[in-house]
Amino acid sequence: MKAMNIVSAVNDALDIKLTEDKSVVVYGEDVGFEGGVFRVTEGLQKKHGVERVFDSPLAESGIAGTAVGMAAAGLRPVIEMQFCGFIYPAFNQIISHISRFHNRSRGKFKMPIVIRLPYGGGINALEHHSESMEAIFAHIPGLKVVVPSTPHDAKGLLISAIESDDPVLFLEPKRIYRAIKQEVSEEKFSVPIGKAKVLSQGTDVTVVAYGAMIREVQKAIVMAKEAGYSVELIDLRTIYPLDKETIAASVKKTGRLIFVGEEPRSFGVGSEIMAVANEEAFLHLEAPPKRVAAFDVIVPYPRGEHHYMITPEKIFYEIERTIKF
Amino acid sequence: MFDQFDPAEDKMLQVIDNNGKVISKELMPKLSDEETLKLYKDMLFVRTLDHMIVSYQRQGRVYTYPPNYGQEAIGVAAGAVLRHDDWLVPAFRELGAWLAKGATMKDVFMFNMGFEEGTKFAGANHMLPSSVPIASQLLHASGIGYAIKYQKKDEVAMAFVGDGGTSEGDFHEALNFAGVWKVPVIFVVQNNQYAISVPVKMQTASINMAIKSKAYGIKGIKVDGNDIFAMLTAFRYAHEYARKESQAVLIEAVTYRKGAHTTSDDPTKYRTTDEEKEWDKKDPLRRMKLFLEKKKLWSDDQEKKLVDEYEKEIDRQFLETEQTVQYPLEDAIKYTYAEMPQDLRDQQIEHEKFLQWKNARK
Repeated sequence: MKAMNIVSAVNDALDIKLTEDKSVVVYGEDVGFEGGVFRVTEGLQKKHGVERVFDSPLAESGIAGTAVGMAAAGLRPVIEMQFCGFIYPAFNQIISHISRFHNRSRGKFKMPIVIRLPYGGGINALEHHSESMEAIFAHIPGLKVVVPSTPHDAKGLLISAIESDDPVLFLEPKRIYRAIKQEVSEEKFSVPIGKAKVLSQGTDVTVVAYGAMIREVQKAIVMAKEAGYSVELIDLRTIYPLDKETIAASVKKTGRLIFVGEEPRSFGVGSEIMAVANEEAFLHLEAPPKRVAAFDVIVPYPRGEHHYMITPEKIFYEIERTIKF
Repeated sequence: MFDQFDPAEDKMLQVIDNNGKVISKELMPKLSDEETLKLYKDMLFVRTLDHMIVSYQRQGRVYTYPPNYGQEAIGVAAGAVLRHDDWLVPAFRELGAWLAKGATMKDVFMFNMGFEEGTKFAGANHMLPSSVPIASQLLHASGIGYAIKYQKKDEVAMAFVGDGGTSEGDFHEALNFAGVWKVPVIFVVQNNQYAISVPVKMQTASINMAIKSKAYGIKGIKVDGNDIFAMLTAFRYAHEYARKESQAVLIEAVTYRKGAHTTSDDPTKYRTTDEEKEWDKKDPLRRMKLFLEKKKLWSDDQEKKLVDEYEKEIDRQFLETEQTVQYPLEDAIKYTYAEMPQDLRDQQIEHEKFLQWKNARK
């Protein structure tokens, strides 16, 4: 075991896969020599060589589009989009090709591509550096979308993502890149894609969250406990395919559901979670399921971001309202 | 050769003139009479197949189809140089190259009848599905080029795009990546003068397409795309260069789309018959036929007989395809993922219950 944060856990997963599988290549803007603007790939070029861990020209469509060709020719590219808000030029390649090649070629070409994507707000960044766009990708048939919230899951999920024959959007919650330290095994292990995790058991209300919001919910749960409420927390870990079973089982037990996300509220992951409660646990509901998410606005510049971000107090407020409904 | 036909001087590689006369003997590709005839027969086959698919479309038996008419030399010459392990990254108007790589008539029929099975090209080694979003496929070739180099394989990737595609950002990114990475990719611009209705002069202020290569530090050459010998010489040279030097090449093949953009398009709206007549003189089959006739290698009688054979075989296979194809529900679902999510499986099961109910009602 070794103390790791999310940055070092992702680095460790990449190192393990680069070591054991020669078809894995890692590239993107500043990814090679410098080790990425967040230093996630630090040291990997030195260890695995410039042909396997490298800087690409500064072009997101080019990064994603060349990954299609590499995957078709038998490689397993792990590409980095420097910030979530820079991914838009790559949309055509991701949505028109990466997600579709398996279908279009009737399985002749698999697309084992991982797109690493630092996402989310709360770091006082420039515009285009704070988006949460998991719902956009989760809506695209052919893609899988994964969001770890801990160093352990970051490592295990990334290993699963690299080994997946389907393309995976791997969203890294950059706000907590270095905020959480955890003892993580240095051995190879994987966390399955598509499986949520019940982080804490409870009986009054189910809270579903993922990524950087887990830590905020955990703070709210401390407040809830003091107030005498028992909260069950589910970390989705994978957005698509969604682990409906775990959510439905929990809602059937607690009768109440709150979704917490830093994404814009409408048509988001939270909307899908509401649908699960309705379709799978309708008769067990004792209060209206609730979405606690961001406004339907563009992430404000740093001075206004506190209006946007979801706080533990806000989560606690909604927990209490839902329980007292 | 790249120096001899410097795109900056707007030079164009040509071997025969419009009357099939050899004007550049030293650039004539080495070919036996049999190989020469095969090139012509391949072009004739593509033209026949192409015309018949258009007529099937008019009969409502296939959906939209992009005719190759007038551009046959480029695909056929490409097909003649591509080896079994070389990669073909198609756009959608290079039928000769598809067939040479191992795509079947049935694939082509199925694609245009509306089956994804037709873009699998199951029997074609190292051939990607055809690409609809313009120029996006060029980046796939650059990525394949990287994989070839990384895996130290003796392969070349060849990618196609049209003149309109050179305006796309992905054209720039693909040539730039391939240039920086020094990978064996041949980019082929079929400059057929129009992107649907928009003439090439509205796509670029460059004096030609080949000159764009210079901005990426790669070699480029402009070739008479209606001269199969010129195309073959250019492809052979580029192939050797890309393979030996591990470098990308940009080939501009100057041609003319004699047909419509697709069967939904009406070119009389945006071009004149005078212009079409001018290009008729440069028709690739006409020119090669005149060449063959001078050498007494070909006659009208032989042509008529061969086209009859082709038509019968094409029609036989088309009918067979028409009668055997099916699109079961599971085919619409099961290829979305390599590993199918349970929820998607459940969606299919739910729909099958509806279908059972529907069938029970009858």
